[in-house]
Amino acid sequence: MLLIRCPWCGEREETEFRYGGQAHVAYPADPESLSDQDWAEYLFFRDNPKGLFAERWVHADGCRRWFNTVRHTGTSEFEGTR
Amino acid sequence: MRLSTGGRIDRTTPLRYTLDGVERTGFAGDTLASAMLADGVLTVGPSPYRHRPRGIVTAGVEEPNALVQVDGEPSLTATTVELVDGLTASTLSGVGRLEPLDEQVHDKKYVHTDVLVVGGGPAGLAAALAASSGGARVMLVDDQPSLGGSLLSDREVLPWVATAEAELGTRPEVRVLTRATAFGYYDSNYVLVAQKRRLWHVRARRVVLATGAHERPLVFEDNDLPGVMSASAVRTYVNRYAVLPGQEVVVQTTNDSAYETAFDLAAAGAQVVSILDARPTPPADLVERAVSAGIEVRAGWVVRRALGTTRIVGVSTKDGELPCDLLAVSGGWNPVVHLHSQSRGTLRWDDRLAAFVPDQSVQANRVVGAANGVYGLAEALAQGAAAGVEAAELVGCPSTELALPAVRPREVTPPRPVWHASGDPDRCFVDLQRDATVADVLRATGAGLRSPEHVKRYTTIGTGADQGRTSNVPALGVIATALGLDSPGELGTTTFRAPYAPVSFALMAGRNRGALHDPVRTTPIHSWHVAAGAVFEDVGQWRRPRFYPRAGEDMDAAVLRECRAARTGVGVQDASTLGKIEVVGADAGEFLNRMYTNAFKKLTVGACRYGLMCGADGMVFDDGVTMRLAEDRFYVTTTTGGAAKVLDWFEEWAQTEWPSLDVTFTSVTEQWSTVAVVGPRSRAVVGRLAPSLDVSTEAFPFMTFRDTVLHNGIPARIARISFSGELAYEVNVASWYGLAVWRAVLAAGEEDDITPYGTETMHVLRAEKGFPIVGQDTDGTVTPHDLGMSWIVSTRKDFVGRRSLRRPDTARPDRKHLVGLLPTDPEVVLPEGAQLVAPGVPLTPPVPMLGHVTSSYRSAALARGFALALVKGGRDRIGETVVAPVGDHLIEATITEPVFYDKEGARRDGSVAELAERPMDTAGRRTASPSLRGDAVSGALLRLSPLFDHPLASGVGVRLVEIPSVPAVNVQGTADFPRPEPGSVAQWGERAVLWLGPTEWLVVGPGPDLPGGVDVSANRTTIELSGPHARDVLEKGCTLDLHPRAFSEGHCAQTTVARTQVILWQTSDAPVYRLMVRGSFARYLADWLVDASREYL
Amino acid sequence: MNQRHLPEHPDFLWANPEPKRRYDVVIVGGGGHGLATAYYLARYHGISNVAVLERGWLAGGNMARNTTIIRSNYLWDESAAIYEHALKLWETLEDDLDYDVLFSQRGVLNLAHTLQDVRDSVRRVNANKLNGVDGEWLTPEEVAKICPILNTSPDTRYPVLGGTWQPRAGIAKHDHVAWAFARQADAYGIDLIQHCEVTGFLRDGDRVVGVDTNRGPIRAGRVGLAAAGHSSVLADTVGIRLPLQSHPLQALVSELLEPIHPTVVMSNHVHVYVSQAHKGELVMGAGIDTYNSYGQRGSVHVIEDQMAAALELFPIFAGAHLIRTWGGIVDVTPDASPIIGLTPLENLFVNCGWGTGGFKATPGVGWVFAHTIATGEPHPLNEPFSLTRFTSGALIDEHGAAAVAH
Repeated sequence: MLLIRCPWCGEREETEFRYGGQAHVAYPADPESLSDQDWAEYLFFRDNPKGLFAERWVHADGCRRWFNTVRHTGTSEFEGTR
Repeated sequence: MRLSTGGRIDRTTPLRYTLDGVERTGFAGDTLASAMLADGVLTVGPSPYRHRPRGIVTAGVEEPNALVQVDGEPSLTATTVELVDGLTASTLSGVGRLEPLDEQVHDKKYVHTDVLVVGGGPAGLAAALAASSGGARVMLVDDQPSLGGSLLSDREVLPWVATAEAELGTRPEVRVLTRATAFGYYDSNYVLVAQKRRLWHVRARRVVLATGAHERPLVFEDNDLPGVMSASAVRTYVNRYAVLPGQEVVVQTTNDSAYETAFDLAAAGAQVVSILDARPTPPADLVERAVSAGIEVRAGWVVRRALGTTRIVGVSTKDGELPCDLLAVSGGWNPVVHLHSQSRGTLRWDDRLAAFVPDQSVQANRVVGAANGVYGLAEALAQGAAAGVEAAELVGCPSTELALPAVRPREVTPPRPVWHASGDPDRCFVDLQRDATVADVLRATGAGLRSPEHVKRYTTIGTGADQGRTSNVPALGVIATALGLDSPGELGTTTFRAPYAPVSFALMAGRNRGALHDPVRTTPIHSWHVAAGAVFEDVGQWRRPRFYPRAGEDMDAAVLRECRAARTGVGVQDASTLGKIEVVGADAGEFLNRMYTNAFKKLTVGACRYGLMCGADGMVFDDGVTMRLAEDRFYVTTTTGGAAKVLDWFEEWAQTEWPSLDVTFTSVTEQWSTVAVVGPRSRAVVGRLAPSLDVSTEAFPFMTFRDTVLHNGIPARIARISFSGELAYEVNVASWYGLAVWRAVLAAGEEDDITPYGTETMHVLRAEKGFPIVGQDTDGTVTPHDLGMSWIVSTRKDFVGRRSLRRPDTARPDRKHLVGLLPTDPEVVLPEGAQLVAPGVPLTPPVPMLGHVTSSYRSAALARGFALALVKGGRDRIGETVVAPVGDHLIEATITEPVFYDKEGARRDGSVAELAERPMDTAGRRTASPSLRGDAVSGALLRLSPLFDHPLASGVGVRLVEIPSVPAVNVQGTADFPRPEPGSVAQWGERAVLWLGPTEWLVVGPGPDLPGGVDVSANRTTIELSGPHARDVLEKGCTLDLHPRAFSEGHCAQTTVARTQVILWQTSDAPVYRLMVRGSFARYLADWLVDASREYL
Repeated sequence: MNQRHLPEHPDFLWANPEPKRRYDVVIVGGGGHGLATAYYLARYHGISNVAVLERGWLAGGNMARNTTIIRSNYLWDESAAIYEHALKLWETLEDDLDYDVLFSQRGVLNLAHTLQDVRDSVRRVNANKLNGVDGEWLTPEEVAKICPILNTSPDTRYPVLGGTWQPRAGIAKHDHVAWAFARQADAYGIDLIQHCEVTGFLRDGDRVVGVDTNRGPIRAGRVGLAAAGHSSVLADTVGIRLPLQSHPLQALVSELLEPIHPTVVMSNHVHVYVSQAHKGELVMGAGIDTYNSYGQRGSVHVIEDQMAAALELFPIFAGAHLIRTWGGIVDVTPDASPIIGLTPLENLFVNCGWGTGGFKATPGVGWVFAHTIATGEPHPLNEPFSLTRFTSGALIDEHGAAAVAH
């Protein structure tokens, strides 16, 4: 079970969180202007690196805050936020 | 044979047990295996495939042969089963038997510690002593009934063990668990420890692994004969259990350790025929001691074959045969590196020790003693102590004094590994439990297999319940030899996976079984539904009344009656399960505009609007009606199953995409009870219920709401919302009034024969109007346009998912549309889930399908069956017929518009007849709606907690009581009151301010309204848990560190307890905890707490 | 009780050749899919100058870590077609490959626990029938007849309201399956090369002409990517983005037990799927861990939840023991359906995104992927599973619509 550091509540067990996938994928300013391809990129395509991964979690059963972390997808060790 | 003296058994306490139907006796302190051996029972179940006789081989968890069924539990090893009086066991042939077991409580504990020491042998004891001397929180776990580890197998146990144990006992921050096996080592120093009925989850800042070593067997012909035993096990049986497994013993070794076995055997009166040492020059000191004990040592000798048919009678060597009834074998030692490896620590092959030993640690741990390949007692003690000192230092509690016993160091002479086996390969066993031999390995390598993983799968070596503890390395040795490699090291290691030792399913499941398996969410009106004999359905975790059968009614009859009542008279439904979210802030309207397909920004205060929400992929996500309470305040309702999902969705977009918007969200699902009063007579009923409210259509139009006070003094918010097409009202009150208002509505409706109805009737009524249900008429692949709801899809603003609707596939005209279906035979009700095909298509697969039936019912109003369906290009097929292959016949139906009843919506404001006879008593009255905060005095008496009829338990160790309702306001954003530190509580006059998040607080206690606040007084139920064992109970379901150093008086946290989200507030160091849980979960949490408290009551 | 001893493996499986410098086709990934693809390339397309490159040991990835369930009762036409094609191949596989892979058509029960489960299940069964996939809806009583140890009492937390039943579904022994394909591929002269890790692709403009490996470059006419969880990492090296996320999927086995569980039971609602393997161990899979990981390890609470759920369904399992747990890496697409077909690069073909469904499709995948590589065009069976569907929106949404755990 992952031990996740919520920036507000400190270290809590994984079971209190929900995973949010890749971080820093912004909602397009003007979706209507995007091509189908670009919209599909936003919708479905995410990085899937083996290594450091900037990702999002929400402390669902705690303070309900979303936050970003960087985790190594090989070792599952967190390496701070980014 | 049992020795007359010695051992660590209690001869004054005989224990009776049954083995394979035979009554036998052992002593307290015995294992089943030692008692069997004392009784002369060496042979256990035959091998599973080749049915060869097998005997007890070891004295511990590594045992491959002695599998037994004990009191119904399969596949235990006799060497680890502690003997108890009345125990019933039967030997197994490698295969267990599942039997029904009576329900036993299996407990879980979630604890945190500075230092966890695994293994109570010399190294572990030294580590625990050192680590704890400076006041650090230390946990020591060991799988044996008593501490000492390998020292327990000595003729005299080192007195230091007792003093060390006593010393640990005096340290308040030390917790020692015996009969506790650490079996899993996960990320972030998370270790699982199994006791018979309790599963410990341990978070440790530092871990010290002192897990010892297992002795290896040797591979030679007929090495599986009963009487071939691990030398260290023989020594354990002799010294610890006072059992002599044989009288005439040959000792075969490749290392020093087995000499002690020989000496102890001789001392116990056995005849040690010979010590065969594979090494050309055994250490002189040992040879000397052997000679003085009258034991001959044959250097450079290896047993070639065990003689005998059912049990060993001798061994053959290069120089003829030696007689014996016991062969004590030591093929070297394997450090127990399982947990180290599970923690992702690396291993290396050590040629000197001829074993895999820990290399690098990855997590915050150290491996010490025999587990680290250190076999000398003095060295092990020193290494353990050093690790303890280091751990104490690293956790900030430097150790002080440390008393280690004076032990004379002895240089251990390296072993000589023996991999190659002489004799018939098909009778040289590598894995006893899997019945696998050298011949099997040779076939595998001959087949072209090079990887040990392949060889293991080919031969099944190492896949048994013993996880190959004794076979793993010998197998690698044999493989290496077969492949012409020098040592197993060249093959690399295999990874070790949890669990280190078998763990019962029941232990893993813990308390989440039966009634406590998963929370059942109920509304405040639930007890009434039960008493009324409702039939329930599960909707998410909610349990909702499906229908209320009267005597002799089946579901169809009941639903027809309930529907008729709602269409012709008045019906009432408990709609409290709807998700409810208060959306507050200057940008609340803008935010909702972006989330919903339709606009909310301009919704007038006092009005309601239905809204539809899409995922980013444009597929329908949720829907519900929203009220605008004020310019900056909306009250959003969601589907029953969608509440949590939608709140998360709101938070995600607001926090991660539009942080600049001024908007916050508060779940108020349990703050409100909602009673839907539906039907032409509903106006009359609501009129009586709320005499001060003008219920006339003019004063109280459709899709508006009013705040009022009911005749019984209960403040209510009444909305004119209809999910049935009929005149209807939704009466919302603080949930603690839910039951009272439900009763009041029934009373007010008595003269109109008001009829309670459930979800089934609700579904029929809405389907007659063509209102879709998200999740039933949609499935994650349906757009608003597919539902024929383009009217609700704004073209003037962006909303989440809008762009997706323009994609080539989502814009196709021939997508599946939601349409109506009328079976040609009005008596027929199409089965939901029926697939639809064009008439006349041959039914030879694959048959092209047009769509499927999503909802289907018999309608009282239409006096026929009807259905909703998703049909390809459905809206362009209105009037066409389709057929549904059902079983082996075809049901024909016509595609129609999805609206079946009151297409023109004439009934919304009540039927003309009903308007004429509108009760006079409510006509023309005008009163201001009072604020819903604060109560009318008479109403307050009618409050009920969700636990009003729950017998909370109290006893000497634990006290459980409910704290009666107190005003509570949730404030987000800015606060003009004392702000507590994160994770703590601040006092503010009569009120307490609980920190819920960086910009969220719960203000508890009486006081004036707070700007921007949301009243949540009735949302949560507060259970107070106190008493000397309060923390012990909480630790069974809460993963927080509750140690006073981490959590104490004045602290609060939002967390989970027993699968329910709670606000945990410690109000006193006594300790006293307050658990604030959402009302719908209150009964589950109360049940759980009572169950978890039982041992302390 | 006398245990069934597993059938003897053949005396010879495969050679261990050194890689050649050039092949007509290189398959990246020596799992079940890669091996099956190589076999069908030789068998049906006459292409045997083929290498299968495996970074570890053959079939040591998800092939060695799955719960070996085989079924074809999927909802959507496209899924039903490809899985049913696979099931038909399974039914003759032992003869085709001359290898006992312990294929056992003991049937699969998919349980329904809520009224919506029931609607979805009936919908799926009806679709299956019209697609020529065997299946029927069973009442709780009928469910109990097929699997008497199931707790079908109405008083449980999530009572069994019925289930769908596919009699032709079942299980097979995963290692045997992989080795059977490997052995025949080897017999066709295909090079199975282990401990050969592909680190990138050789390109000539928009054409892929080979692969880089830890044992040097290997040129190839065509390259088929079948690396499961590692597909996106490899595709990234040539700038191809795949809509994949790699997650841990855990499974576990009990000790050997006398036969007690006659079929395969799956419950999506309570996240359990369990069968009893030939040796007698209970084999169970859990839900996917939510976070991305290549760690082949998951979180233990997932196992604990699954045990609790299993005991609700099978109270008699209370005494069974957890002997071994492990994790695989599953590559999951947004619609939980695979991607099999062409890529933006010429001569590079991809088969990935099988999520938790890969094992059951093994022969079917090999068959269509071999066709796609050999002809340069997708077979009608895998055409819908193209990469372009994520742009058009023509998803094959197996989890949106009444999917069950695999």
